[in-house]
Amino acid sequence: MVAPLGATPGVAPGAAADARGPSNGHGAAGYFADDDETRARGLYRLLDEHGAPVGDLSWLDRALARRLYDGMLTIRVTDARMMALQRQGRIGFYGEAMGQEAAVVGSAAASLPDDWIIPALREAGVGLFRGMPLDSYLAQIFGNARDPSKGRQMPCHPCDRATNYVVMSSCVSTQIPHAVGVAMGMRLAGDAGRCAFGYMGDGGTSAGDFHVALNFAGVMRAPVVLICQNNQWAISTPGKLQTAADTIALKALGYGVPPMRADGNDVLAVYDACRRAAERARAGGGPTFIELLTYRVSAHSSSDDPSRYRDEAVTEVWRTQRDPLVRMQRLLEARGWLGAGESEQLAATIEARVREVIAAQEQVGPPPRSSLFDDVFEQPTWLLLEQRAALG
Amino acid sequence: MPVMNIIQAVNDALRLQMRAEPKTVVLGEDVGKFGGVFRATSGLHEEFGAERVIDTPLAEAGIIGTAIGMALYGLRPVPEIQFSDFIYPAFDQIVNELAKFRYRSGGQYPCPVVIRTPVGGGIRGGHYHSQSPETLFIHTPGLKVVAPSNPYDTKGLLLSCLRQNDPVLFMEPKRIYRASKNEVPEGDYTLEIGKLNVVRPGTQVTLIAWSGMVSIAEEAAIKADAAGISVEVLDLRSLMPFDIVGILASVTKTGRVVIVHEAPRTCGFGAELIASIQERAMEHLEAPISRVCGFDTPFPYTLEHEYMPNADRVLGAIRQTLEW
Repeated sequence: MVAPLGATPGVAPGAAADARGPSNGHGAAGYFADDDETRARGLYRLLDEHGAPVGDLSWLDRALARRLYDGMLTIRVTDARMMALQRQGRIGFYGEAMGQEAAVVGSAAASLPDDWIIPALREAGVGLFRGMPLDSYLAQIFGNARDPSKGRQMPCHPCDRATNYVVMSSCVSTQIPHAVGVAMGMRLAGDAGRCAFGYMGDGGTSAGDFHVALNFAGVMRAPVVLICQNNQWAISTPGKLQTAADTIALKALGYGVPPMRADGNDVLAVYDACRRAAERARAGGGPTFIELLTYRVSAHSSSDDPSRYRDEAVTEVWRTQRDPLVRMQRLLEARGWLGAGESEQLAATIEARVREVIAAQEQVGPPPRSSLFDDVFEQPTWLLLEQRAALG
Repeated sequence: MPVMNIIQAVNDALRLQMRAEPKTVVLGEDVGKFGGVFRATSGLHEEFGAERVIDTPLAEAGIIGTAIGMALYGLRPVPEIQFSDFIYPAFDQIVNELAKFRYRSGGQYPCPVVIRTPVGGGIRGGHYHSQSPETLFIHTPGLKVVAPSNPYDTKGLLLSCLRQNDPVLFMEPKRIYRASKNEVPEGDYTLEIGKLNVVRPGTQVTLIAWSGMVSIAEEAAIKADAAGISVEVLDLRSLMPFDIVGILASVTKTGRVVIVHEAPRTCGFGAELIASIQERAMEHLEAPISRVCGFDTPFPYTLEHEYMPNADRVLGAIRQTLEW
């Protein structure tokens, strides 16, 4: 059964709170005055489920609000188009961020161009928001000759050096030590005023590298913002089978890394929490761990069928009543920052652009056969040259 | 020219490179104030400070994982894994991350991390201070594997590794860390990665070894010489890539080959060398290529000298190949 929105649950709403919505949030003034443990158990929120402000939004202007909303809409529309493409058999795989757009865009908007992004599976939108070209993003999904990574990985593993977007592997949590290392590198190189954003899902917090990375981040006081999108499902594994802790944010406490926990479907809370963490990191104040509580309203990927393992009635509540775009749209409309029909018009423009790029990228052939042997090393060894010659 | 041991050669190479290249950073367990359990990083902390000679928590995946991040950012990290037996917590980081970054980014993110680690047995270290895991890493596309046998090679090869742009596993023969001594130039020099060294010329049998087994091979060759058998000893120096041209030059001359390695026999690097040699020089071979290796057992404690190849076992294989 589904708890009503805003209900106070009987136990702390932790990672195991699969069916419950965010319910105990409060605005900025209270949340950041709390001690670490209270923050790790609490939930920072600036908008309620209906888009009504519950905290200080004096910093929010129309331009930023629209940047956040338009960014979320871009991901929603692009993902929908790509999922359709996958079902038509035109791409091999896709992992969408449906329902998690606030966590993606809110955190991306808190980053600066010189910051680095070390992503997990659902952060391609962070890259796109920061200027990764849609063309190269789609070229990677097609694995064609214009893919900057030369068709080396399955879809949804983009890479964009120009915007400091690091390419991920499909391994879970291995990227978190990299984020800490990038941050250590920034400090060692004397590049003050920048930080690394390291992402993970709730499943990643069970793996060893998560704990190793948090420990290193704390000991080294690395300028890193570690962000967990807790969407409450790791394929079929629910949060309560992932951890017995009340919240994921509590784990950071043991490593001496200050925690925050925010409503991941509230783009303003996500943005503000990440902005505070990033500013502290850039100023030499060390790492922060942020749990963003959200929900995977879609499947894990195009290869998954959640109806086999979870109650989709719960999903339906998140999909229809806790949608991050709807919530922000209500705020924009209340403030007169989004005209009637403007959202539909914007979605149509985005979709037309995506269709145009798909049409172009779909025509591009595969990378040349000989490229198989490039980039194993800076220069191919005699063994690779011999094998390349044999392939012909 | 000063005489150095392998520890001093490692230390000298690191110091020279850290002076020349401010982005070079050393990290690992006990590498800072203590100077490493084998003292390979001795004095570096004093000269370059805690920022560049980093004492880390005890977690190999974190040492390699953060080194990867630093390298992605443009630094030149040189992590130390205290014993290669403890490298496995970082295996995922090395195999799935470090070795694949250049490839999976289409060349956008090179990852030049040079991992130093002591290998091999003979120090009464048992299972967990004695292993020779080179095959696991040679079999990992995207990783170079370098295995010097003496101080001169160690310094020249380490400097080369630190100045190229690919990830390297740099294996140091701990049994002879201090016992192996030779003349080492004080200043800067490099040795090409992928080139073997003819340690001892000969005409009848080619004896191939690397790392701590080179001195065993030389000892066997001296004994063979006393028995009237001329053995050419090759020190591979680099295992990925390995010097097929140098190997074939010797094999086509002698027609007989014995390979010595400390790692377990089955699927050891010797197997790949045998395959590569017979593919290219079958018509020159006078006998099957034989191997003298560690056994397919975990590395033992009390009976470690039964496990490890020694000069007599190698000499036996030399005789057998000649008698075939």
